[in-house]
Amino acid sequence: MKRFNVPILLIVLLSTLMGLAWFEVIDLYIQTIILFMGINIITSTSLNLVNGNMGEFSCGHAGFIAVGAYVSSILSVALFTKSKVFGAPLLPPEMAAYGFPLVLICGGIAAAFTGLLVALPSFRTRDDYLAIITIAANYIIISTIINIDTIGGARGFMGMRRVIFAMEECAEIPWMILWVFVFMVLSIIIIRRYMSSTYGKGVEAIRQDEVAAEIMSVNTNRIKLVTFMISSGLAGIAGGLYAHTIGYINPKSFDLLKSTEALVMVYLGGMGSISGSIIAAVVFTLMIELLRPLQIIKWVAIPLLLIIIMQFRPEGIMGHRELSDIFPRLKKFYKFK
Amino acid sequence: MTLLEIKDLTQLFSGICAVSELNLNLEQRELVGLIGPNGAGKTTVFNLVSGFYQPTHGQILFQGRNLARIKPHRISALGIARTFQNIRLWKDMSVLDNILVAQHYQLGYGLGSLFFRTPRYLKRERDIRHRALELLEIFKIDKFAGEKPGNLPYGMQRKVEIVRALSSGPKLLLLDEPAAGLQSTDVTELITLIQWIFDQFDLSIWMIEHQMKVVMSLCSRISVIDFGRLIARGTPAEIQQNPEVIKAYLGDDQL
Amino acid sequence: MLETLLQNLLNALQWGSFYSLIALGYTLVYGVLRLINFAHGDIVMVGAYIAFFISSALLGKYGMPAFLPGWAVLALTIPLTMVLTSLVGVTLERVAYRPLRRKGANRLYVVITALMAGLILENGNLLVLGASRKKFPEMIDKVVYKFGSVYVTNLKIGVILTSILSFVVLHFIITKTKVGMAMRAISYDKFAVPLMGIPIDTVIVFTFVLGSAMAGLAGILFALSYPILDPYMGMSIGWKAFIAAVVGGIGDIRGAFVGGFILGMIEIMVVAFFPSSYRDLIAFSILLLILTIKPTGLFGVPHTTKI
Repeated sequence: MKRFNVPILLIVLLSTLMGLAWFEVIDLYIQTIILFMGINIITSTSLNLVNGNMGEFSCGHAGFIAVGAYVSSILSVALFTKSKVFGAPLLPPEMAAYGFPLVLICGGIAAAFTGLLVALPSFRTRDDYLAIITIAANYIIISTIINIDTIGGARGFMGMRRVIFAMEECAEIPWMILWVFVFMVLSIIIIRRYMSSTYGKGVEAIRQDEVAAEIMSVNTNRIKLVTFMISSGLAGIAGGLYAHTIGYINPKSFDLLKSTEALVMVYLGGMGSISGSIIAAVVFTLMIELLRPLQIIKWVAIPLLLIIIMQFRPEGIMGHRELSDIFPRLKKFYKFK
Repeated sequence: MTLLEIKDLTQLFSGICAVSELNLNLEQRELVGLIGPNGAGKTTVFNLVSGFYQPTHGQILFQGRNLARIKPHRISALGIARTFQNIRLWKDMSVLDNILVAQHYQLGYGLGSLFFRTPRYLKRERDIRHRALELLEIFKIDKFAGEKPGNLPYGMQRKVEIVRALSSGPKLLLLDEPAAGLQSTDVTELITLIQWIFDQFDLSIWMIEHQMKVVMSLCSRISVIDFGRLIARGTPAEIQQNPEVIKAYLGDDQL
Repeated sequence: MLETLLQNLLNALQWGSFYSLIALGYTLVYGVLRLINFAHGDIVMVGAYIAFFISSALLGKYGMPAFLPGWAVLALTIPLTMVLTSLVGVTLERVAYRPLRRKGANRLYVVITALMAGLILENGNLLVLGASRKKFPEMIDKVVYKFGSVYVTNLKIGVILTSILSFVVLHFIITKTKVGMAMRAISYDKFAVPLMGIPIDTVIVFTFVLGSAMAGLAGILFALSYPILDPYMGMSIGWKAFIAAVVGGIGDIRGAFVGGFILGMIEIMVVAFFPSSYRDLIAFSILLLILTIKPTGLFGVPHTTKI
């Protein structure tokens, strides 16, 4: 029976959330925070794959989030809504509800291919040299978007709200909660399946000893390529969800500060720990919201808090462990694959 | 039949000649040694054979196939496995996982079946795991399967590394100073182990070793290199008598 | 055409001087500790603000008597700023980095701490001083020299010469003095150095003193050239200087110096011939290309893995 525990739990959680939103028990503000939590979980777990498991130091995750956000926003606005830039909807707006996940996946695929920008140099270099390649990639992506005027350039791009409205024409349910939840669970499943396979263990081998990995028959270049692409692809999906949650995006919101947020979540959670990344994403999102009344003090308090946390736990909340390593009894309860 | 053929192998490192016009042959089902003073270029030869370096000149033929420009992971798939002077196990992975990752050459599933957990994927993973456990059992280290290599005594780590190399089903096993850092009782055990592996598995073993006890009791033929050059080869008895070898090890003035 | 090029070249040298000075600080700390000190750009900002307060005070603000001529104020401001800025750098190392190092934390946790420290410096500044931008006082009169149609200001010459001079001094310290040799020794082998009786912490503190002093100097020169200060001024220039340091070959001060000028050159030339919004795009693509061709940077030695 234990193999059904987690799916049941997830379905209960999702329907509770959607129910609460539907009956307006939780207002839009709280809904947005919950959405951000889900999106941040995708962001942190996907970056964790590269920084925690593979041991690279990618500092430009926001670049891939940007690609996903822009590609999926442009697609969904062009396909399902009437807009100044693209004119009449290319597809009947009723299809928005079914088309939206596909659009998100397209954004993810586009971001995955942008990941090549970082993956290919990683064949020849690593550590801090790769770190700056990722920073440069982040700059290049943002700068490219700024220079494409049709999609708003530095002014940003909007119209994604109307996609949500189009979906609500179909059925009036809190769609974004559904999609964020579904894609969050999907990305965790993808990452978990990847990392628990023998193939994915090659990623860990690369971190621990790349030379030994290559000599023991691990195709290190291919694994790096695949891992970077999965990571940036999931970041792209997070970007698409983010864009549709906010309804407005501009290149500035994906600069190195956003990348820094992702880094903080990964290292706060503990390198290489999926559950750590999830916990850190939730904690971090809550922290930002709870400290909002402090206004500008917040941006001093949060880094200070993080520095203090790292002084006490210099390996992150979870270290390199999973929840089930710390509480072995959990394993009796669930089987999550 | 010749398994490995090294022809005129030369390796330059920014002008320094690490290996110079080396010619060597290895037959199938042979247990041979490579010895020489420190810095003679022994490990460089292994690095060349396993594809970690590209030779400046010369050829390495494995079963008649030129290994030039083949990436190390492909060479490993062709049937050459090795261990390292300073043990290079993946330290944060369990012993079992160490063996599993060395199976990358024969995973036999794609990413698609990985993500969808197709029956093929599940079967392959089961087979690989089964085989790895079997191997651990043969070498009586199955009780350490879940242990991190760092928690094992040094001699045991050596053994795990040899098993990891064996697990990729090699036709040629390169052992780079397997006895380095071992206590004398462990060395005796190691000799038995290597002999046993050679008897049980269908492979050739080529080893670099400083401890003469190991080389002399195991190898049927020994090659000696000094400053990257082959200076002698022959049976252990011949090598022990060879004046060139004695000169290389002890220096000129001792004679 | 030639004159435009010459003019741009001079501008590029000035712009590159800032990058070089900042990159030098990055590379010093990196060379010794393998730590990417992401707070370094913000230390430059702190340096500029310190210079602002010192010079304003000396020029007679805050109720201080103004008794010094402009050039004397500048002459006093520079060393004072460098001292105070290095104090900030050393404090950062003592309070945030050293405890983590002692605990043997993964190097990347120290990097994240540096990132956070940078944020604290930026936003702390905003919190304390408010959002209003500060106008850096003018201490020396601007003199313009004209060669044909090429204009050079005394400031421009000063900036370029100062950065070259600091590089020479730094090079001397690293290669010729005992403490410089200790710094290089630590970067080769962190474990053997203490066994040789070298006080490792003292050397590290000295490194931070040097690096932050350079940052302070860069801050003053930047503020003199672009006299509007704001708390976020150091962030972007800091990231970019780090990239310059890596392109030069991080850990090697020649690399940082040259890398800084290369980046300055590229940026100015891009702006001269393309719309300025293309600056980052083209500059970073070129840098990426350089790193693809030479993965360890221009002066970096290829790291040989030994097995």
